[in-house]
Amino acid sequence: MRTFQGRVIAPGTVTAPALVSHGGLNTLASFQKALQFGDKKATCGDQNNPDLYGKEMLGKALCLPQTIGSTTGGMVLYCACAMHRQPACLLFSKPIDSLAAAGSVLASVWLPDAQMPVIDSLGQEFLDYVQEGMTITVHADGSVDVD
Amino acid sequence: MYLTEEQQALLDGAKGETMAKVMKTLVMYGSAFGAERMVPVSSRYNHLVTSFGLKMMTPVFDLMDQLIQAGAVSGQPFSVDPRPLDPKVPANFLQKLVFNKFMYSAQENYEQQLQKLGLMDEDAFTCACYFDEVGNRPGKDEVLSWAESSAVVYANSVLGARCNRNSGIVDLMGSIAGFVPEFGLLTDEGRKAAWLVEVKTTHKPEAQLLGSAIGMKVMEDVPYVVGLDQWLGDSLTDDVCAYLKDFGAATASNGAVGLYHVENLTPEAVDQGRSLLAEGYQTYVIDDAELERVQKSYPVVWKKADAAPKLCFVGCPHLSLQQLQRWTADLERELAASGARKVAVPTVFTTAPGVKKVFDATADAQKLRAMGVIVSTICPLMYMNNPLCGSMPVITCSNKLRTYSTARYYREDEILKILTKGGR
Repeated sequence: MRTFQGRVIAPGTVTAPALVSHGGLNTLASFQKALQFGDKKATCGDQNNPDLYGKEMLGKALCLPQTIGSTTGGMVLYCACAMHRQPACLLFSKPIDSLAAAGSVLASVWLPDAQMPVIDSLGQEFLDYVQEGMTITVHADGSVDVD
Repeated sequence: MYLTEEQQALLDGAKGETMAKVMKTLVMYGSAFGAERMVPVSSRYNHLVTSFGLKMMTPVFDLMDQLIQAGAVSGQPFSVDPRPLDPKVPANFLQKLVFNKFMYSAQENYEQQLQKLGLMDEDAFTCACYFDEVGNRPGKDEVLSWAESSAVVYANSVLGARCNRNSGIVDLMGSIAGFVPEFGLLTDEGRKAAWLVEVKTTHKPEAQLLGSAIGMKVMEDVPYVVGLDQWLGDSLTDDVCAYLKDFGAATASNGAVGLYHVENLTPEAVDQGRSLLAEGYQTYVIDDAELERVQKSYPVVWKKADAAPKLCFVGCPHLSLQQLQRWTADLERELAASGARKVAVPTVFTTAPGVKKVFDATADAQKLRAMGVIVSTICPLMYMNNPLCGSMPVITCSNKLRTYSTARYYREDEILKILTKGGR
């Protein structure tokens, strides 16, 4: 097991299996079909993301460098949280981008029952180390155990 | 973060709980990026990304109802992205049923919400709000609270305004509060380039292909592009602005670029030159082979890769008046050369409502109609955003549309050939 230290963007603790995207997560492309057409497991619909395409994101510890693409991204994350189709947590190797930050903050402020801890700045080593299916534990201080 | 007395009072609930939440959202958003203060939004108009009454957006509509009921409406009139529906765009019975009864059943109600929140006018639905015919064109150094990635990157890069890549909802909240957290592209430091991109092609590179290559390489960083002025010149003509619009949209959708500089052309590059390059910048060289590699890397996600295209979209982002005129002339010439009168694939050109009004009054509009091309104000991305249309073989020269849908990308010269010669 290894532990990585990050920065807390949205607080919380959780244990979940890892799902890893080595490229940027295009939030709109990844979530839009799942949210629009009742896929409760939030299957990733982004054809340009070979790491995630066709995989269920609901309840997974989503490990990624950053999000990219449309500026609807934060709003889409907000909707995913409101509809309870969000990943268990978002774990960024890089400092968080503006769209993911917006989604995380909107959910945190406007959805009192939303549970999606968000940690950033975990480092490239974290993303190199973590593999799909590993068990992730997020602690309140922003430390992340990878087992 | 330092807050003024007025800002602190808002956060403490002096104007109610909803306004306090708006303020808290902006403070937390800025804090994530180390913002030390708020700065006033100085543009006349805002631009919002959310134009569609998609059923999945119900949580957003609920939030907007909260804002309206609390009187927390936009301090600026705003434009918004294109409408998702247009009865003139080809769709079969089932598609129309899905559009109107399931997907966009909230469209009418949502547009009423937008009017209450501060929509500029009923024609203010376009992703290219900065066109003269639309009128939402900020000046240099103005601070914006915009969203819509293609509009933000254009405003920053071509107009020299200052705007972060805000998300939907946050865009509106900056306008409601009247200020935004100062970080990233609002600061001089944040506008420095982390990449030097050297364009060494043997011909003028396709805007949406070049933008795609750069977006995928630099992701959210700022690129400083050299060598492009040899193809574009050193003046922001209508033709050049249209090129930069398409180029920027591809950098923003294939990556997350919010600002680019083009040497000797875009305003900050003209003023500051290579001093815009940040210490330790990286270099990316783009030649013909690199563009070919990038284009070949796009996945083809049609069920049958060799299917005949059933629909073609041109205009994501929306076409300028000059682009509509150029496409009309190109189609007219190539159809005549082919001995054909109409395009070989049902084709939709998309543009802003204000541009369409001007274009419709010209002879070119009649020519396009005669050639079988539909001019619409729809958002092609929203049209494609469902399994029925997603399973159709649709072609486009928009790299943004390719990224967010199953549409297959071709360069403009390839699209022209397909439309006029029936090739694939």
